[in-house]
Amino acid sequence: MEQIQDLGGPAQPLLALQGLIKHFPIKGGLFGRTVAKVRAVDGVSFSVCKGETLGIVGESGCGKSTTARLLMRLMEPDAGSMIFDGQAVGEPRAGGISLRDYRRQVQMVFQDSYASLNPRLPIEDSIAFGPLVHGTPREEARQRARELLAAVGLSPQQFARRYPHELSGGQRQRVNIARALALRPRMVILDEPVSALDKSVEAQVLNLLVELKEQFGLTYVFISHDLNVVQFISDRVLVMYLGEVVEIGPVEAIYDRPAHPYTRALLASRPSMDPARRRLAPPLTGDPPNPVNPPSGCRFRTRCAFAEEVCARSKPTLAAVEGGHLAACHMADPASGHSRAGREVAAA
Amino acid sequence: MSTALAPSTAAQAGATPLVRIRDLHVTFATRERTVHALNGVDLDLAAGEVLCILGESGSGKSVTLRALLRILPRFARISGRIEVAGRDVMAMGARELADFRGAQAAMVFQEPMTALDPVFTIGRQIAEVVERHEGASRAQAEARALELLELVQIPSAKRRLSAYPHELSGGLRQRAMIAVALACRPKLLLADEPTTALDATVQIQVLLLLRELQQKLGMGVIFVTHDLGVAGEIADRVAVMYAGKVVEEGPVGPFMAGPLHPYPRGLLASTVHGHMRGRKLQTIPGAPPALSTPPVACSFAPRCPLAEPACEAAPPPMVEAGAGRRARCIKMLPA
Repeated sequence: MEQIQDLGGPAQPLLALQGLIKHFPIKGGLFGRTVAKVRAVDGVSFSVCKGETLGIVGESGCGKSTTARLLMRLMEPDAGSMIFDGQAVGEPRAGGISLRDYRRQVQMVFQDSYASLNPRLPIEDSIAFGPLVHGTPREEARQRARELLAAVGLSPQQFARRYPHELSGGQRQRVNIARALALRPRMVILDEPVSALDKSVEAQVLNLLVELKEQFGLTYVFISHDLNVVQFISDRVLVMYLGEVVEIGPVEAIYDRPAHPYTRALLASRPSMDPARRRLAPPLTGDPPNPVNPPSGCRFRTRCAFAEEVCARSKPTLAAVEGGHLAACHMADPASGHSRAGREVAAA
Repeated sequence: MSTALAPSTAAQAGATPLVRIRDLHVTFATRERTVHALNGVDLDLAAGEVLCILGESGSGKSVTLRALLRILPRFARISGRIEVAGRDVMAMGARELADFRGAQAAMVFQEPMTALDPVFTIGRQIAEVVERHEGASRAQAEARALELLELVQIPSAKRRLSAYPHELSGGLRQRAMIAVALACRPKLLLADEPTTALDATVQIQVLLLLRELQQKLGMGVIFVTHDLGVAGEIADRVAVMYAGKVVEEGPVGPFMAGPLHPYPRGLLASTVHGHMRGRKLQTIPGAPPALSTPPVACSFAPRCPLAEPACEAAPPPMVEAGAGRRARCIKMLPA
């Protein structure tokens, strides 16, 4: 089983999402009626370029994990389209790609390395499972599993017949990565893959991910709440807040010249390792609001130091800002009517 | 063991430390296996000082905190000396312990949702502590609960008194747990990864709050974390644990500028920060030991780039490096 050939050429995005929406109903009352909706992902559009690592950051409830599950089609979006290398996902009769073929090319690694492996299967069998289901002969699938174990740094002689509980967290996450690669995917979605690991092991797994990407010609979507890890691994970064994209662009632009006040606050919230440069005041107060009833207009306005009347009235759209990236903020749009619009915003 | 050494700046200054731990051993023995979680821990904490215990999972940092309050499970075997404010915690009976916990020393846990009682309001849970330890009337205790919620900066505190834990956001819940811990003005606050489960913008708020409260109330704080950044924000002094022992100890500034022991050196080098893009991260090869037997040599030697035969021969002593710094290494690096 080999990696499926590129179709549209290097300039065509590997995956393009348009207007993705996923709301979760909250049932209540006497007859289990829908009383409210969690707007987990609310109109998200972005593309993933071939060969890049796109980092997605945001706090709990911002919709980053729901986005990951939608990308993998573990759940159906309520609305929106997904185009994979020029082919509409899940619409084979309209000239698109079937979900089965799509999932061969897009694989996922989850945060919880233990829960995502079958505890009753030796790890070799877990890795070979996908190829078997997709029609690879048993012996070939086994051989492939052993090659992948070696590729992720686990000696097949020593580890192939072990069960997940016999491995450390870092070793299990290596197995999950090997399994994700077993179908020769083109894209891997990594949902907080190193968040549960100790720091010394986290560095090992991050190095491994960088190596494998090169070796297997992969494209990554890397989801994490850890801004340092995302900065290390990403080419471009997407910042989410309450189900929406607030800023997206090259990693240097986002980290060195953030345009959205939320991105600035998020970056300024990182604890400093230097005790001589301790934070004196928190960049934001309060917790992120509940995505059940998000604020009108700009969803960040309730925590934003620069919020004005226009921010409650109209929703800012993603538009180009200085530095060549996109941000959804009225201050970045000279025509918005915000008093600071078009001016360089004082650092928050 | 190096119990003859008297750790910490406090001891050197001649003052009685708030916390004094000597040669603390904890072993968890079940029918299936034995784990030597602590293998001779010595620690001091001065009154009004913030000590961060840094370490990875299994290093013994949380066990040390729990041993201080004697809240380890029944099958844990403890030996060694623990003194808090001059009182021998190891000699306390059940009644004394109940008086000690909450009044002298209180703990903030990582998960406020499991540490708070889901069937009582926040106000009741705080008031209960005050009634139990200070014999206050219900009305007095409730007035104090309100003061405490204001102290930890919970907005609309009066209304929040009657809220149940599930009605609060993660950040407010952690503030409420801090309020419970502070209810009887303890001299010693123990914090076990209190900000790890929080979002980035909330974590920094809670860290700054803890720092502010510590200064306002003059408490000694032992703060357990795996996050070097958190230690950088809050610690006066740092103690790094590995395989159930303190391997390095000293003031936070010089420590962050250059640890003495090869383990924290590796930890600092492998922590992703700033502009490391495109470079290969330094790693510490291998994994920590399983601790099924007590260590007979340096536990870090199998992973250490500087290891030599002497490291495998005997447990290294704690070596003084001046300026309150010390490390358990015979190949100690120059600072």
